[in-house]
Amino acid sequence: MERKFSIWKVIIHFLLMIGGIISLFPFYWLIVTATRTTTDFMRFPPILVPGKQLFNNMQNLFKTIDFWGSFMNTIFVATATTLCVIFFCSMAGFFFAKFEFPGKKILFSVLMATMMIPSQLSLVPSFIIMQKIGWVQSFKALIIPSIANAFGIFWVKQYTEGAIHDDLLHSGRIDGCGNFRLYWNIGLPILKPAIAFLAIFTFMGAWNNYLWPMVVISDPKKYVIQVALAQLNGVHKDTDYAMVMTGTLLATIPLIAIFLTFSKQFISDIAAGAIKD
Amino acid sequence: MYKQAVVKGCTNRKKTRNVSNTWLEIKKNKSIYLYISPFYILFLIFGLFPILYSIVLSFQKWDGISEPQFVGLSQFQMMLKDIDFWKSILNTFIIWFESTVPMLVFALIIAFLINSKFIKGREVYRVLYFLPNVTSVVAVAIVFATLFGNKYGLLNYFLTKLGLSPIEWLKVPKWLQVAISSMVVWRWTGYNAIIYLAGLQKIPTNLYEAAKIDGATGVQTFFKITIPLLNPVIIFTVITSTIGGLQLFTEPQVLIGDGGGPGGGGMTIVLYLYRQAFVKHSFGYAATISWGLFFIIAVFSIINWLVVRRQAD
Repeated sequence: MERKFSIWKVIIHFLLMIGGIISLFPFYWLIVTATRTTTDFMRFPPILVPGKQLFNNMQNLFKTIDFWGSFMNTIFVATATTLCVIFFCSMAGFFFAKFEFPGKKILFSVLMATMMIPSQLSLVPSFIIMQKIGWVQSFKALIIPSIANAFGIFWVKQYTEGAIHDDLLHSGRIDGCGNFRLYWNIGLPILKPAIAFLAIFTFMGAWNNYLWPMVVISDPKKYVIQVALAQLNGVHKDTDYAMVMTGTLLATIPLIAIFLTFSKQFISDIAAGAIKD
Repeated sequence: MYKQAVVKGCTNRKKTRNVSNTWLEIKKNKSIYLYISPFYILFLIFGLFPILYSIVLSFQKWDGISEPQFVGLSQFQMMLKDIDFWKSILNTFIIWFESTVPMLVFALIIAFLINSKFIKGREVYRVLYFLPNVTSVVAVAIVFATLFGNKYGLLNYFLTKLGLSPIEWLKVPKWLQVAISSMVVWRWTGYNAIIYLAGLQKIPTNLYEAAKIDGATGVQTFFKITIPLLNPVIIFTVITSTIGGLQLFTEPQVLIGDGGGPGGGGMTIVLYLYRQAFVKHSFGYAATISWGLFFIIAVFSIINWLVVRRQAD
């Protein structure tokens, strides 16, 4: 019995590791190509170990595009989006979970229904609207519409229902708290874990967003990182692979770092958000 | 106690059909409407209004600069006869199928392996498998382009190493579709595995124990207990992969550009929509195509819903 188990153990670990290698290999390859020259890259057989050219490649990258400019634009847009989303979603989620008011059911059903609408349906008209109100080339076009985040409200509502007891709010009310203070002083501190997940999730989404920023922003000074990368790739992929890969590496590292820091809780919450019924 | 809201569970709200009473309730709770209003205001402006506007647009011929021209339903007729539009639907479905089937099968297998009783280091595997999902699609497409390169691609190197002939991944439509599908598989298998894993861990262990006592084999347990109980989770992943798959854009666009590649194998519906709007400046026709896409997604959602309902019965 003992032996049979250990054989299975080896086989399962072996299979899981093959999958793990497939998961990791593109990252490894990205590191290899970003630390090598473009000529190295075109060698046959290919070189599969990292080199020492990263700083050279970075210098080339910074000469070719305003990488840090795009990087900072992205940080600004992603941070602003995240702050707005966590504020408005936690507020709406809290009140939906804990208060009764006429029309609540209908309002919440409408909110859930909006999640079903494919965003591409409004791609063209949204662009035209942005043109009309003069938000083309402006970060406002990236930040403001994304505040209407139905998933975020749903997520906070679910969490609030399980985490905040009615008695707590009742005693807050007796102490003279108004509705907003009930949310701000009593709700928010308890909702921290739910808000943390929503913040990371929103930040990642904003960081990786591509189609909409590409459509509304064409001024290279205002590019967000994904658009800058795609442009760089489009122009230089046949001439300077190493530089393109270096840019890709630098743009990927921040999110990987954030993810690895919070991975355990984040993965659990992703699963919880999906199978909650 | 002016403006006091009723905290759930604290007070029994009297159900009344009296209109003036409802109005009183609304007035009493007016601050709450204010706090939940941002979503609805923004959705009206940036969600609902554009959708209504896209109906108008689909009846117009417009390049974005000159006067829009009302053309009635002619763009819908044009769409139905547009071979490139139908081709983009076919491409999207091929890529969706080639990515969703292996992705969900692999995800299920991975979830099972990680869930095995005597496995250590579960947390490490979860992180490892989820990592691709955190990476941006743009970055994935850039890296995969070098793996699938016709000339210096790593995959072709390995193929020739194995004595096979290299494949022109990015030139032949069917191989291009395989390359695009592989990106989706790489990026989403771990995500789905994590969800399956959570679903598996929700299945009560005493069910398995009972099956064991009754002398059920592993295969029987799998098909009679695990799969039926995992069914809602599987349906969820199928629905999300379908909606995601029908909206595929960034993978082909970054990999081979706005044109869909040689032979147009990578021209998905959304890429075609984008191309009509922002490359060819046919805003009206692009809006028409978006309604075509909406129709397809709606049909799929209805099919999904029917399947789910049948399962529930």
